Amino acid sequence: MNENARTQIVGRGIPVPGNDIDTDRIIPARFLKTVTNEGLGLHAFEDARKHDPEHPFNQKAYEGAAVLVGGLNFGCGSSREHAPESLKQWGIRAIVGGSFAEIFFGNCTMLGIPCLAISQDDVLWLQRAIGREPRQAVTVDVERQEVRFGDRAIPARIPEGTRNQLVSGAWNPTGVLLEAGDAIEATAKRLPYVSGF
Amino acid sequence: MASSLLDKVWNAHTVRTLPSGQTQLLIGLHLVHEVTSPQAFQALRELKLPVRMPERTFATLDHIIPTTAQQRPFADEVAEEMTVHLTRNAQQSGVPFFGLDSGRQGIVHVIGPELGLSQPGMTIACGDSHTATHGAVGAIAFGIGTSQVRDVLATQCLAMAKPKLRQVRVEGALPRGVYAKDVILAIIHTLGVNGGVGFAYEYAGSVIERMTMEERLTLCNMSIEGGARFGYVNPDQTTFDYLRGRPYAPQSAAFDRAVTWWKSMASDPDARYDDVKRLDGGAIQPMVTWGINPGQSLGVTERIPPAESVSEPERPTHREALAHMGFEAGQPIAGAKIDVVFIGSCTNSRLSDLRVAAQVARGRKVAKSVRAIVVPGSQRVAKDAEAEGLHEIFREAGFEWRNAGCSMCLGMNDDKLRGREMSASTSNRNFIGRQGSPTGRTLLMSPAMAAAAALAGAVTDVREMLR
Repeated sequence: MNENARTQIVGRGIPVPGNDIDTDRIIPARFLKTVTNEGLGLHAFEDARKHDPEHPFNQKAYEGAAVLVGGLNFGCGSSREHAPESLKQWGIRAIVGGSFAEIFFGNCTMLGIPCLAISQDDVLWLQRAIGREPRQAVTVDVERQEVRFGDRAIPARIPEGTRNQLVSGAWNPTGVLLEAGDAIEATAKRLPYVSGF
Repeated sequence: MASSLLDKVWNAHTVRTLPSGQTQLLIGLHLVHEVTSPQAFQALRELKLPVRMPERTFATLDHIIPTTAQQRPFADEVAEEMTVHLTRNAQQSGVPFFGLDSGRQGIVHVIGPELGLSQPGMTIACGDSHTATHGAVGAIAFGIGTSQVRDVLATQCLAMAKPKLRQVRVEGALPRGVYAKDVILAIIHTLGVNGGVGFAYEYAGSVIERMTMEERLTLCNMSIEGGARFGYVNPDQTTFDYLRGRPYAPQSAAFDRAVTWWKSMASDPDARYDDVKRLDGGAIQPMVTWGINPGQSLGVTERIPPAESVSEPERPTHREALAHMGFEAGQPIAGAKIDVVFIGSCTNSRLSDLRVAAQVARGRKVAKSVRAIVVPGSQRVAKDAEAEGLHEIFREAGFEWRNAGCSMCLGMNDDKLRGREMSASTSNRNFIGRQGSPTGRTLLMSPAMAAAAALAGAVTDVREMLR
């Protein structure tokens, strides 16, 4: 089996309540002052955690969680890939939310982290259910577009192209883009601004 | 068949359809800065791949550079290290680099259009969410993450899904004292901070058509704050007049041929849109954000709304915003005390922004309790502003006049809020912690309104100060 295939992710959940959680919140800009990705996981939600001792990323119950459950417009704001990278290093392998900001969604895909959207009612239900039973695993089924917890199966959405990439393991597109070969230069040459008008 | 600029640009840059169903899209201009590129260049070295089209790639320094003392090495060792990395990465890969000694350094979204690099009909990508700024010239421009920076460096392409298209029409005439910043804040307030997810915004209507290029740059800049990764204005005579004579724009006869092509790339009159939204420009006031996202805004004469006035899903954020900002529902925004004023950022640091702010500040004094800084968007903006004496007007009024960079928009250098300071800022984000202090507070507004806030030491209606 292709080790990059992201057909199904099973792991404990961690709810991050609230909508419009922006990437400055996920990782403040001062931690972007680096030329590597080393240690980013240590700073996930750093300021929010300092401000709120009850922040889920501070709670022992959620240590070792792999599935983050957020609200609407999760990951809005800056394009910093340091945000999903810090979550990944912390241990997050899939994100479920009401909706996702577009650049964040793309960055997660590039790191092999599936982001599945569920209804806002289901978000609130799942966040509460995980809060009650933090040791119970959440199953994020990318292939069947479904999130399962206990005996509930919640219908989930992910765009078809992204789903194909994740399920086939081809979420890192560098190789497939390179395969186009000379067609890249040929496309460029047809553009008047490349050929100098 | 009638098509939109989005359709035409997308088709012209499609290399092929990928097995996933996405488009392999050629990127005509790739802009690079020091924060989101070092890991991408490192990945390229690990893959043993060169930069595919270094001549279509340009680099500059903006996010981390100090705006005060700029002699090398920088006092901030990490800023110095990041500068060294970018300089070396650009040199080794043959990418043109606008460093501090080039006279062309500045915020990447200011220098792209200023140098004539950003042109109509292009695809433009940059590892920064405010890349839609360049859509103002009639390009499809969008922000990308570091892995995508790697892909553009390696292949000059991205795997992308084509967005839906929404036309946002602003008709009528803007009242005096209302600027492009107010228009985009009003759009975001109306359509929501996530209203544009999955869409490109085509801005149109008489208000947009009458805007100068610098105003259109401010408008398109904040598309992402409304959830739209792309935002553009169709190219017209304003666009062509702006580009003529710029260093990287086509010259002489080639310019005329370029104009013919640029015109052909504009949306056809009967182009189809997935939806159309309309705003009355005449009803827009000077806008101020009161909360923790750019949609939480109001007119300067209005009162902060109660949580019950917004839809159910938005209420928790509304309450969190009131708590963070220390505001109460029902309180007028005018009169809110200001500690810091920041005039700058890729949204509002161009010459026309500084002129408006200087016009308000001229002959007046910054309130004693306020520290106020003006950070031009580029070395060229700084030079032009100084030639007009704007720096003297600011200094006499008590503003600090700084060197070009991103500065206090995101506090990656020494320009930061301290503690719970409240800033009046011309930047684009009022997220918690955005301006460098985890408890700092940001009110977004136009340059005219920010200058007025500096003088009054509080949020004030600039229309009462305009001469």
